[in-house]
Amino acid sequence: MRRALVSAAFAAIGFAAPANAVDQQAFEQVERGRYLTIMGDCVACHTAPGGKPYAGGLTIATPFGNLLSPNITPDVATGIGAFSDDQFVNAVQNGIGSKGQRLYPALPYPYYHKMPRADLLAIRAYLNTLDPVSNAVEPNQLPFPFNIRMSLLFWNLLNFDRTPLVDDPNQSPQWNRGRYIVEGPGHCGACHTPKTWLGGDNTSQALKGGVLQGWFAPDITGQARKGIGDWSEDELVAYLKTGVIARSSASGPMAEVVVNSTSKLSDADLRAVAIYLKSLTPASAPAPAALAASDPHMVAGKAIYKDSCAACHREDGEGIDNLFPRLRGSSVVQQDDPTTLIRVILEGTRAAATSERPTGAAMPSFAWRFSDDQVADLITYIRNGWGNGASSVSASAVKDIRGADRPNPAKTGQAP
Amino acid sequence: MARKLPSRDVVIIGLGWTGAILANELTDAGLDVVAIERGPWRDTAESFNVGYAPDELRFAVRLDLFLRPAQETLTFRNNLNQTALPIRQFGSFLPGDGVGGAGVHWNGQNWRYHPTDFRLRSHLIERYGASAIGDLTIQDWGVTYDELEPFFDRFEKIAGISGKAGNLKGAIQPGGNPFEGSRSDDYPLPPMQMTYAPTLFAEAARSVGYHPFPTPSANASGAYTNPLGLTMGPCTFCGFCERFGCANYSKASPQVNVLPVLMRKRNFEARTECEVLKINLDGSGKRATGVTYVDTAGQEWEQPGDLVICCAFSLFNVRMLLLSGIGKPYDPSTNEGVVGRNYSYQTNSSVQMFFDNKTFNPFIASGALGQSADDFNGDNFDHTGLGFIGGAGMNCIPTNGRPILTRPVPPGTPNWGSAWKKATKESYNSAFSITSQGSSYTTRGNYIDLDPTYKDRFGRPLMRMTFDFPENDIRMSAFVNDKLATVAKAMGPRQIVANKTGTPYSVVPYQSTHNVGGAIMGADPKTSVLNKYLQSWDVPNVFVMGASAYPQNAGYNPTGTVGALAYWAAHAIRTQYLKNPGPMVQA
Repeated sequence: MRRALVSAAFAAIGFAAPANAVDQQAFEQVERGRYLTIMGDCVACHTAPGGKPYAGGLTIATPFGNLLSPNITPDVATGIGAFSDDQFVNAVQNGIGSKGQRLYPALPYPYYHKMPRADLLAIRAYLNTLDPVSNAVEPNQLPFPFNIRMSLLFWNLLNFDRTPLVDDPNQSPQWNRGRYIVEGPGHCGACHTPKTWLGGDNTSQALKGGVLQGWFAPDITGQARKGIGDWSEDELVAYLKTGVIARSSASGPMAEVVVNSTSKLSDADLRAVAIYLKSLTPASAPAPAALAASDPHMVAGKAIYKDSCAACHREDGEGIDNLFPRLRGSSVVQQDDPTTLIRVILEGTRAAATSERPTGAAMPSFAWRFSDDQVADLITYIRNGWGNGASSVSASAVKDIRGADRPNPAKTGQAP
Repeated sequence: MARKLPSRDVVIIGLGWTGAILANELTDAGLDVVAIERGPWRDTAESFNVGYAPDELRFAVRLDLFLRPAQETLTFRNNLNQTALPIRQFGSFLPGDGVGGAGVHWNGQNWRYHPTDFRLRSHLIERYGASAIGDLTIQDWGVTYDELEPFFDRFEKIAGISGKAGNLKGAIQPGGNPFEGSRSDDYPLPPMQMTYAPTLFAEAARSVGYHPFPTPSANASGAYTNPLGLTMGPCTFCGFCERFGCANYSKASPQVNVLPVLMRKRNFEARTECEVLKINLDGSGKRATGVTYVDTAGQEWEQPGDLVICCAFSLFNVRMLLLSGIGKPYDPSTNEGVVGRNYSYQTNSSVQMFFDNKTFNPFIASGALGQSADDFNGDNFDHTGLGFIGGAGMNCIPTNGRPILTRPVPPGTPNWGSAWKKATKESYNSAFSITSQGSSYTTRGNYIDLDPTYKDRFGRPLMRMTFDFPENDIRMSAFVNDKLATVAKAMGPRQIVANKTGTPYSVVPYQSTHNVGGAIMGADPKTSVLNKYLQSWDVPNVFVMGASAYPQNAGYNPTGTVGALAYWAAHAIRTQYLKNPGPMVQA
């Protein structure tokens, strides 16, 4: 039935100048598009919880309000079935909607702008092979004045770097491929680059870690300590492929990225990403001196750690390879911003489960058990124990993240 | 009226160890499998949170992980002359509930049964003559240790068992169990680090001429990744194993060792909180068409399937066959029929010791951390003139020092008040018990059938258990417990308290959840329900896993052999049955 519709559409247009250059019969194009769609992890944002893949409707919280992701199945009425190729490319690459409206950069078009048109049309070709799903979504749920799309003109002026990505002849093809994936379809900086007050990427701090949707995506530059400078290329490749390596487990939003995207990429591409990321070595601030072990917060934190954490993460912070992440020397632990650490202890998390590492080990929630002061002391200890060094954490920082739905146990004292 | 669902290749009843193993093997073979489990979904992250998993009141006293008698219970009597009454609070044995089944709440003691256990009747007749068996109804299993050996090995590698081989390809190994059957490979993990009490026991056992070795343990001695890619963490010796789920991924369970792989598969579905009412048969009664189950809303569903595999706890497998009319029910008055025949249990005794000037720190423990000796297990010793057959393992496995239920005090201590407190304080750190876990041999009068009076909430008859310890087993247990006492004496305690098993058997105090038999395997359809591949003689597209297949019980925990039989049956289904569906053994 669908094939008949498509043929009818082509018949109507005739052979002279088809508006759509994508050809569903072109295996290579569709297959390349499938791979790029996975690389871009399009499914992550364009699928609502429990909804059909790519049919949109996921709430995307931004500092300015909520957006809903649109339906990108080829449904004519509610999806992108009626888009011409130019409309598709203009949306993905320039943030201009099919009716000329400016799109919110929750769609990371500044990244996709780095992609050649042929790659975007390949994605289109793949999306055209999906079953059309009728699911009308009104993406704009923002409050005034952010709901006025004209404001994006100004945003783009400040935040949209239209410089094309040109291969650097002084670097290896692998490095150039890695840069393309990271800066283009992989849009790693969408999470890992800190944002300006306008929500744009703070490019001077590219990939040095940022807060997004209540998680701190860590520094992934080649810096030692905070970044991935201590990681070998093999470790990075294995991490992206399996989600779980001896020193670390992907959890939180990165677990989804691994499961939906990086675990399905080729080893060659993952190695290219590793080579590129390791080559980024911005000047780093010296490590803060570790707090003295005799500091009262360290003493309290160590006692809590021994009581509640050491069974899995071990007293020496070494963890258990491929199961319980290593805390000694961990870059996530030593980020300047402890948001992720606080969140993981309060609400728990679960490691990525992939075919190679299917366990998906879970860290339980401790919100019901520890007060804000206890969480703060515990995290301060973890950030400064075993040779780690990072700023101490205050109880008020914990309180901000705890939120009203997880009251301080000093008031309840009840296990779930 | 049941609503009919689309047919599946395989319908599995119960998602514990055997359900998970069969589902994983058969989905690997490309089949579309649905498992129907009457209890809730459970997994490590949600159900055994490290923050509250070691809650003794919730899990050990209030039995949170176990079946509630209101959902299903059974009636009990000691002999044919009594009227059975419903068990309204489980005591002597504790059936599990929910995904993982007994694989969640077990201690983790993981044994291979001895080669002679599998051909018990033939072996004893060869060695002692038929008269030694008397009126016991013990039988051969129809399968041999050598046939099962690769599948024992498989299960040990899946479950990450810690231990030391005693017999590697026929060569006796120092430090292992010299009585065990020949192994093709050592355990995947080395033995657990020993605590003081088992170390003392091993020295004493050696001093009186016995052969102690580290108990094979499903509590991981180190980090381990199994052949499915699933990772276990090292046991932390927290001492919360039996009756608890493990929060540290350290105790082997379906949740840790199989399910994360199974649940990823698109050709598998688990339906929890759905209770199977019966296996449906076609008009001929020779072919199962699927099962009927009821969900929590009370809606009945018919789930058709080509293959039905019973993977419930052993007792409930037997009841399922009786309720479904598969196989002829056993009648003790005529000694005919098979379903319910040869129910047996475990015959346990113990010796408790109170020491001066010794500190055992019993809270540093795990469910299978200890030392055992097999010198008086099975037929490892000459029974000539002893007046009994069978034997018991001698075990020093101090599983816990939990604060509510582990309060050893010498006999004569009041049950409360200052004298009890004083005795508790004196004994907590300086007392422990060693146990003899003995065989349980079958008789004509120990069996399972459907109760004539009592019914469950669906109006189905409850299962009726008729059981008492046979004289043979009482004598056996007393004999081995005396040997155990000689080991106890060699440790030099201030006081020894021997607790011997006697009749009548009571369902009130906890003894063991090793309820076996009732749907037994064998070589003769007149005396067994299943053939050597655990396939029903009567309805060949029904298989029945679990310890319900044991013709009698040996002096070991049953799980290791349950796991081996599951892999053995799965292999037979994959390599023989699927190519040619029908009876794999001609009656």
